[in-house]
Amino acid sequence: MKSARYIYPLSFLCIILLFAACKQSRTLPILGPRDTKEVKNADGTTTVDTVYKTIPAFSFLNQDSLPVTGDTFKNKIYIADFFFTSCTTICPTMHRNMKTIFDEYKDNPDVMFLSHTIDFKYDIPSKLKKYATKLGVDGARWQFAYGSKDSVYKIAEKDYLVAVMEDSTAKENYVHQGWLVLIDKDKHIRGAYDGTNPEQVAQLKKDIPVLLAEEKK
Amino acid sequence: MRKTLLTFLTLSVIASIIYSCQNSDELKQQIYYTNGRDLYIKHCQNCHGANGEGLGKLVPPLTDTVYLKQNKQKLACLIKNGSDTTVTIHNQDYEGKMPDNAQLFDIDIAQLIVYITNSYGNKQGMYKPEQIAEDLKNCK
Repeated sequence: MKSARYIYPLSFLCIILLFAACKQSRTLPILGPRDTKEVKNADGTTTVDTVYKTIPAFSFLNQDSLPVTGDTFKNKIYIADFFFTSCTTICPTMHRNMKTIFDEYKDNPDVMFLSHTIDFKYDIPSKLKKYATKLGVDGARWQFAYGSKDSVYKIAEKDYLVAVMEDSTAKENYVHQGWLVLIDKDKHIRGAYDGTNPEQVAQLKKDIPVLLAEEKK
Repeated sequence: MRKTLLTFLTLSVIASIIYSCQNSDELKQQIYYTNGRDLYIKHCQNCHGANGEGLGKLVPPLTDTVYLKQNKQKLACLIKNGSDTTVTIHNQDYEGKMPDNAQLFDIDIAQLIVYITNSYGNKQGMYKPEQIAEDLKNCK
């Protein structure tokens, strides 16, 4: 009979613990290939550190013909994608979805957008400016980047891990994937979402606050 | 009692026969509408959106009922051959290029037009493949 006195406080404690476990905050993974390096500690011992995939320094021209570099996104998180202005297949859907996120965070300067054109022949900055204006994008928070074929295609495939190619057999001459790639302020890839898939776009919308909360710490 | 029931049943059978006869046209329109929606999702939705809302000032919406009514005979040419002339929808100029859909058959275009002109606030009824063939002869 004596043990019965402990049952209530104990079960109460259990419930509290369960709730505490639920509240454990979610963190986004760091994606991409990893490497290791040996680090010498102050006391002379060595330990092994993980080197995560990082977006390297880059320099393109934006829609205002100004340079856009890695520093443009210093201490910001951003969503990167690859498109071209005359594309009528997946790009309009991707940018319709990106625009809703852009509008959702219009008061938050810590969330930026970077769209690279893969049409290096036609999409010069003035064309990008026209496109941005018509999409309803104003200001520097959404950067449209123009660069040489080599530089853009290389950063797409080697760094953002998005497949892009010129294909003369395709109706519009270019083929590319519709990933929206989420990059944190350390330039690590924290998520990749199919910009044409409503469920994955919804997931991206859920993941942005998680990443923002992490960056605040 | 039995007699009234029988009369009532006979009458209702006759009524439903007449009713279904009148509805065969409507049924056809509904089939066109449903097929048209599938074609729309495949060929049009990327740019014009799931609700015909268009995309900013890049792609015109399909909600201008007046435009769609006044230009109904030109829609077949527009869908099949694309367009690079500026259109004015809801008093807004759209100067982009619309790609062609040369692979579509007359019946596909008819179904698309039935879907578009009976969605997004439009209600224009049936459109037949024969009318599409006629419209396509007058393409510029």
